[in-house]
Amino acid sequence: MRLNGRFGRFGGCYVPEILVPALEQLEAAFLDAQQDPAFAAELNGLLADYAGRPTPLTRCRNLPGNIYLKREDLLHGGAHKTNQVLGQGLLAKRMGKARLIAETGAGQHGVATAIVGALLGFETVVYMGAEDVARQQLNVFRMQLMGATVVPVESGGRTLKDAINEALRDWSASFETTHYLLGTAAGPHPFPTMVREFQRVIGREARAQIVEQLGRLPDVAIACVGGGSNAIGLFADFIPDPVRLIGVEPAGKGLSGAEHGATLLRGTRGILHGAETYVLQDDEGQIADTWSVSAGLDYPAVGPEHAHLKESGRAEYVGCTDAEALAAFKALAESEGILCAFESAHALAHALKLAEAEPDSAILVGLSGRGDKDVDQARRLLA
Amino acid sequence: MSRYSAMFDRLDGAGAFGAFLMLGDADLQTSARLLDSVVEGGADMIEVGIPFSDPVADGPVIQAAAQRALAAGVRVGDCFDLIAAFRGRHPDVPVGILTYANIVVARTGFMRDAAEAGADSLLIADVPALEADPFVRDMEQAGIEPVLIAAANTPEPTLRHIATLSKAYTYCVSRAGITGTHAGGQFDAALVDRLRAAGAPPPVFGFGISAPEHVRAALSAGARGVICGSAIVDLAQRGGDVARFVRSLKAATGNESAPQ
Repeated sequence: MRLNGRFGRFGGCYVPEILVPALEQLEAAFLDAQQDPAFAAELNGLLADYAGRPTPLTRCRNLPGNIYLKREDLLHGGAHKTNQVLGQGLLAKRMGKARLIAETGAGQHGVATAIVGALLGFETVVYMGAEDVARQQLNVFRMQLMGATVVPVESGGRTLKDAINEALRDWSASFETTHYLLGTAAGPHPFPTMVREFQRVIGREARAQIVEQLGRLPDVAIACVGGGSNAIGLFADFIPDPVRLIGVEPAGKGLSGAEHGATLLRGTRGILHGAETYVLQDDEGQIADTWSVSAGLDYPAVGPEHAHLKESGRAEYVGCTDAEALAAFKALAESEGILCAFESAHALAHALKLAEAEPDSAILVGLSGRGDKDVDQARRLLA
Repeated sequence: MSRYSAMFDRLDGAGAFGAFLMLGDADLQTSARLLDSVVEGGADMIEVGIPFSDPVADGPVIQAAAQRALAAGVRVGDCFDLIAAFRGRHPDVPVGILTYANIVVARTGFMRDAAEAGADSLLIADVPALEADPFVRDMEQAGIEPVLIAAANTPEPTLRHIATLSKAYTYCVSRAGITGTHAGGQFDAALVDRLRAAGAPPPVFGFGISAPEHVRAALSAGARGVICGSAIVDLAQRGGDVARFVRSLKAATGNESAPQ
């Protein structure tokens, strides 16, 4: 490896030996592409003309305080995921791979991978926990419409972490022809670094837009954290600035119980899916089952850079319950006419709390995705 | 002399037969009985899994075994107790632990407890040579011999690093994939030669062994031994005669003398 793949003590490359050459090849392709103006030109072209960048920065008209929304919900595919699947898809082409595999929880990353598979001409296989397949039939069909094969995973708790396990197993046998298009800023090196770089565009645009609209930097930037890709993408360009960075974890049914996915708030150090990071686990290192109303945040580990930002104190992490997220989802719909994803509603919920406490602060919120996928669930929960 | 070195000496050039079982599968009592059965069948060394909830290097058979053990409430301490009891009954049979990094780091003194239970070696499936140094230091302090995996696609500098770190034997994987999903019988003689040139400890093939002809093929590729995992675990789960199965594979190593 050319980089050390560590964020403080977190990160690393904890995978079976057989996968190390595949990760070394990926790191080399990524670093070479970073130096290649032709790669940047092709990626930026796709981001602009295919995916719809730059996305707007919207100042809320009717919600209290000064809340600015970075509108990744308006990106093609309906979420920030598209930024980095385009980047990884182009890398897979550079490496001469013919097949993409991916994991998905609620289906957003699976849909994004199916999009890039169709666009760039890959055979695409998406691993999805059997529980999630049953709960997210529409996204399964979306992936199939774009030519992807969805494989239900029956092992373990049959959700996102099991889908990642199965994708890693596939990759152990297929890496010569296949790129594993991991969906978040977690996993073994180089994924956390690579995904951050492909998502950095969120914060870079937002920073320029808010400086233009407001004449200064925001006081706070807030994003939800599952694996942590949209949060690290929003935070990355603000890290050197005097801007408070707040990651919002899914507190599910409450942090006092076990039904949440608040890895940084309630987890302990461990090693899962290739990285040393915070993990929700029992006292013997067995991985816990997690819960969130938002499937995209329902993950027992977290990107290792967030673990480092927490330990170094550069970012703070808070929780938001299912009920608080749902209330924010409803408030945004009623006040601003925007249906956001349940994931993004976690970030907004914390922004609303802050806006009450400090009405003069300029609060930048990463609105990571749109809420169409959640409308059915919202109808049941708000009934 | 370590139990592994003594075993390889005793075998005098014949192949070592290693049997893998998941500790606590399907429960503690069954697990203890199965450990005895594989030795009765002629296993020269045993490899034991400590179950982990998310075993990414394992195929369906070993995943299911880990889940059965965890569902039975088996804890890491129970696994060490099984090893200690086995050690009492079989003082000379080398015992290697196979598990995952999160199980090791979650328990303060994992290496020491493993050594005290009588285990000889430790292979951590998701710790490649790149991340192995601190783990290997802890193992050596505790008197546990590190085992690392070498694969056909492992580049030369990594192979030399593996040769330096591995002590008991080198776990060889000739083809890509996970446990229990290989068509048997294809073993990479070039990997064995490269390991020998790098001065690695005895190469043992670990994936794709489920029939006597696989044992012969692995040994004729130059391996000093084989480890059979999924086939034994699967047979045990279906209630088959594990000792008899092990005997049939051991017969293909060209040596019948195993310590009891």
